[in-house]
Amino acid sequence: MTTFLGMPATAPRGVGHLRGDESFPAAAHKALADDQLRRNLRHATTTIRGKSGRVIAELPDWQELRSAGSAIKADVMSRLPELLEELEARVTERGGVVHWAADANEANAIVVDLVRRTGSERVIKVKSMATQEIALNEALEAAGIQPVETDLAELIVQLGNDKPSHILVPAIHRNRSEIREIFLAAMPGVDPDLTDDPPVLAAAARKYLRETFLSTKVAISGANFGIAETGTLAVVESEGNGRMCLTLPETLITVMGIEKIVPTWQDLEVFLQLLPRASTGERMNPYTTMWTGVTPGDGPQNFHLVLLDNGRSAVLADPAGRSALHCIRCSACLNVCPVYERTGGHAYGSVYPGPIGAILSPQLTGIEDNASLPFASSLCGACFDACPVKIDIPAILVHLRNQAPHPRSERAAMRAAAYTMDRPKLYASAQRAAKLARIAGRRGRGLPLGGWTDARDLPEFPQQTFRDWWASR
Amino acid sequence: MRIALFATCLADTLFPEAAKATVRLLERLGHEVVFPFEQTCCGQMHVNTGYQRDALPLIRRYVSVFSPFDVIVAPSGSCVGSIRHQHSLVAAKAGDAGLASRAADLGARTYELSELLIDVLKVEDVGAYYPHRVTYHPTCHSLRMTRVGDKPLRLLRNVRGLELLELPAAEQCCGFGGTFSIKNAETSAAMLADKMTNIVSTGAEVCSAGDASCLMHIGGGLRRRDSGVKTVHLAEILAAT
Repeated sequence: MTTFLGMPATAPRGVGHLRGDESFPAAAHKALADDQLRRNLRHATTTIRGKSGRVIAELPDWQELRSAGSAIKADVMSRLPELLEELEARVTERGGVVHWAADANEANAIVVDLVRRTGSERVIKVKSMATQEIALNEALEAAGIQPVETDLAELIVQLGNDKPSHILVPAIHRNRSEIREIFLAAMPGVDPDLTDDPPVLAAAARKYLRETFLSTKVAISGANFGIAETGTLAVVESEGNGRMCLTLPETLITVMGIEKIVPTWQDLEVFLQLLPRASTGERMNPYTTMWTGVTPGDGPQNFHLVLLDNGRSAVLADPAGRSALHCIRCSACLNVCPVYERTGGHAYGSVYPGPIGAILSPQLTGIEDNASLPFASSLCGACFDACPVKIDIPAILVHLRNQAPHPRSERAAMRAAAYTMDRPKLYASAQRAAKLARIAGRRGRGLPLGGWTDARDLPEFPQQTFRDWWASR
Repeated sequence: MRIALFATCLADTLFPEAAKATVRLLERLGHEVVFPFEQTCCGQMHVNTGYQRDALPLIRRYVSVFSPFDVIVAPSGSCVGSIRHQHSLVAAKAGDAGLASRAADLGARTYELSELLIDVLKVEDVGAYYPHRVTYHPTCHSLRMTRVGDKPLRLLRNVRGLELLELPAAEQCCGFGGTFSIKNAETSAAMLADKMTNIVSTGAEVCSAGDASCLMHIGGGLRRRDSGVKTVHLAEILAAT
């Protein structure tokens, strides 16, 4: 089954996890009131920041590596169709089958059909953002197929009937006693005397997963990289569950976003240095698994690659926003973001939280469906400095804000301000008139200031503006 | 040297002491300061809130008012960052290549105060005297848009009588972010709360910064908490004798 990538279109509604049910400020309201969540997040992000900062400081050429990563990605985006066709040709030559999915619905249908044809009623999964994005687990369950997540944190989220809240650490919002409760309630065959000691919890998951690995014939993975010149796919991970999934089953189905491509093996060298240091603060990730098509007698004997668009062509079509597709899903921007640190990932309503989510989600869905996300940032710029492939997230946030629909009253106020500020005499009299607003007091009674004065006093207006002082000198 | 002052709308209207101190400081160092009256605002608020078309006349105004000058100074890392990085982008996006190129040229000769002092006027000791315990918040746009680095700290270290106290997690945002503090007031307040805790933990009498906007936000919070810590713009400390 082959389909062609269509014209730029956004990810379809009604499927997948790219849209929230409420705006960012409303969703953040709940998270901000959760003290335990705030402490968990602060501890986790501070720890990862420190670790990452230390190993990055070891590399004298970190800035050059970032520039190289950025340049490779820009090159990829400039000739994506050609590279994808090269990848398809190489994968096919080596006995793999390539499928093209324009959106989440097509991708889910392709995967469900492939699994059905194997006759298996259960699949094991490597943690994958692309399959979370399209809600593949839900599609499989609807078709009577049981997906089992094998990444420990992803398994916690799945068993807890929860959503991931971090790209790299999906269960960052859970503590160990919550994890114990989840395992007791939902893990098949779990020891009822389970404690919340982390090694005990890990052992329980290991036992369950080991049985599942050895008895399941189909695996589904994502891909961190697809190498065009050889048709090789790569997954990097820490636990070894990925390697089990990628080598033990008879059938392997990989769902890869079309932007994950790199032209050559040599390009991988750059990203395998950037990714682990920026994401987990490790010099090298423990497991890097690479496979090329099918090798008789070794590993899965059926390999399918599903190339997913789901809005990516639409992102690519916007020169000012397209570098969001450079993202290698390292989470560095989440870990340094002061907004993410206070609200956590669920407030972003999408499987992609934090600064990258604030630009990527609205671009994939169309700005109207995620209009509050580009404003979920103070534009402090920490994300840009942390990004290992130098995505200028603040600039894209500003670009998207300019496309977002604005509240009518805000538009009127902004227009009036611009009108006044473009007329110095009117501006000076407005400044003098503003002094009258002193009547509003330090809590700004009657002024349209949102929640500003809930936590802050307004400044006092001075006796004299600067320009009046200058005129009177 | 003849230096044009861009006071910024916020300092002009609400925090004139920061702009006045900039004038006093530069005149004390022997320079001529000019204040073109036709100036108003750099348009950053409009650009950052998603109103680029409305910002265009303000960008045009900035370019026409300040083009005659070789060196322009503003007591704000944030406004300088916007002038340097956003003006030409917004103009280019609006299809005005001429304005974009003039804006880029002008951006390159618009300096934040500490940059002007150290990079252009080559002075690190401005001869100030300020006998107080001070902690310095570096402000995000000074750090990451304008890239002033440690220049404000180098100036403060040369101020007589001043005890400079290190601010924990100094590089974390205070939560202001312009209209972010209105649109996401609760998240902003949570960020501010942590910033204030860090400021108070230093034991400083004064929290200083190079941006009146961040100081308005931090100062508003510190006053609400009755913390006893004052906020003072960097220019006012450097102008003190």
